[in-house]
Amino acid sequence: MLKDITIGQHFPGKSPVHNLDARLKIVITVLFVIVRFMSTNFPGLILSGVFVLAMYKLSGIPLKMLKKSIKPLMPLIVFTVILNLFFIKGETPLIKLGFVEIYPEAVMFIIVMISRILLLICGTSLLTYTTSTIALTDGLEALMKPLNKINFPVHEMAMMMTIALRFIPTLIEETEKIMNAQKSRGALLDSGSFSDKIKALVPILVPLFISAFRRAEELATAMECRCYHGGEGRTRLRQLKITNDDIRYTAVCMVTFAVILSMKLFFTRVI
Amino acid sequence: MSILKVENLSYTYNEGMPGATKALDNINLEIEPGTFVGVIGHTGCGKSTLISHFNGLTKPQSGRILLDGRDIWKDYDDIRQVRFSVGLVFQYPEYQLFEETCYKDIAFGPKNMGLNEEEIDRRVKMAAEFCGVTEKMLAGSPFDLSGGQKRRVAIAGIIAMMPKLLVLDEPCAGLDPEGRELILSQVKNYQQTTGSTVILVSHSMEDIANYADMVLVMENGQVYNYDTTENVFADAENLARMGLGIPDITKVFLKLKEMGVDVGTDVYTIPYAVKSLLKYKEAKRGEKNA
Repeated sequence: MLKDITIGQHFPGKSPVHNLDARLKIVITVLFVIVRFMSTNFPGLILSGVFVLAMYKLSGIPLKMLKKSIKPLMPLIVFTVILNLFFIKGETPLIKLGFVEIYPEAVMFIIVMISRILLLICGTSLLTYTTSTIALTDGLEALMKPLNKINFPVHEMAMMMTIALRFIPTLIEETEKIMNAQKSRGALLDSGSFSDKIKALVPILVPLFISAFRRAEELATAMECRCYHGGEGRTRLRQLKITNDDIRYTAVCMVTFAVILSMKLFFTRVI
Repeated sequence: MSILKVENLSYTYNEGMPGATKALDNINLEIEPGTFVGVIGHTGCGKSTLISHFNGLTKPQSGRILLDGRDIWKDYDDIRQVRFSVGLVFQYPEYQLFEETCYKDIAFGPKNMGLNEEEIDRRVKMAAEFCGVTEKMLAGSPFDLSGGQKRRVAIAGIIAMMPKLLVLDEPCAGLDPEGRELILSQVKNYQQTTGSTVILVSHSMEDIANYADMVLVMENGQVYNYDTTENVFADAENLARMGLGIPDITKVFLKLKEMGVDVGTDVYTIPYAVKSLLKYKEAKRGEKNA
């Protein structure tokens, strides 16, 4: 159950998408999100869909993973569909069932909306699927470097993120263990009234917090033993270097984004 | 009738996915009431998966688990009834403590059983006594105790449910020899006083040799052997091949035999070793005199 969470999961590989410099990958992902929001016509949508699919193909991530990462968002999508289907009004209704009127505008809007959400999720999950957490935080740190000028603790933030991401699977495993232990003592975890359910969380959360604090303390000691003292004067084992391949792939992405954006000029917006 | 019967149990992790691993492969097993069963096997041989089936934490993918002849997934209305009869103590059970006082924590299981106040109180006191938890410890917070004390409180929390079958997964991991001895002798005491059945998973051959009547040897998700402790350790060569090892004293006797000293190799506890050595000496003297 808890193991189904795919956020932040990483699938090691050697594809061009995996090898792309983390900094560029982050920038490309951010640009993709922006482009996705600015582009509001069908050809643009289709092109971005093709772009995402091509990236998945290139990275060798099985499309099954896509299904898995979309699954938890299904309720949100269904909710949006229902809400918009009945509340967007146009001129001539497409279907009329008593007081329910569905307009073609609403259907169009929903199609664009859903594909937008799906493309956003798929595009951004590709970043975490193909980038190890270390590379990801290294990239973020490098990109945020300029913020050092205004005394923003960039390195510390990056380190905190690395640690947080690193401990997600550990804590999930720990939660499962504790749940099993309390179930063995007859704890009811998934039935009863709302207040029963809240009460049932205490035997899980208390041990979980205690173990999280214990782990944090151990980790802090271990870091101190290795003379960790923050970012100042710290050198890196993995230097981020931009290769010719990186430049080539980034150029391809940029051109694609430019084409998607330029479609604004030729096609009418849907919403 | 056997207290616990496992029939054709198989379990595969990540079934139907890439990276599927078979953890249990057609396990058949029958445990008689009142026995102290030791379970040994290499890391990853399926011991923990097997015991998580015993109290219904894991549902069998194929096969059945029978408790007192009743299928735990069919003949019980509530799987919790099974969990109260089969007490499962996990590895590092001290990490499950959560209450303000040890008393309350030990009372968690009995309370879930829906017992009345008096009965809960009686059981907490009884469990505390079996596990060597003092009055003073009972009133205090479990988080002020040492690791070994915490573990005994956690085990008391299971014993307070008075399970017919007590399953312990490496209860001594990370404890000093004195702590191990204390916990295991208390568990043995519980077994003998209440006539319950105990299943002990351990990596220490000495602990198994000293306490178990029967030993279950697992290899690659299968039952390699289930026999009396004596017979299992007599098969030292195969145990060594599995990377399991045998009690130190058995090693000594095997070496003696190799060197041509005519002693038995079914020796696995120190008292028995002393006895057989004395017998050997006696026999030698007899030969000399003759």
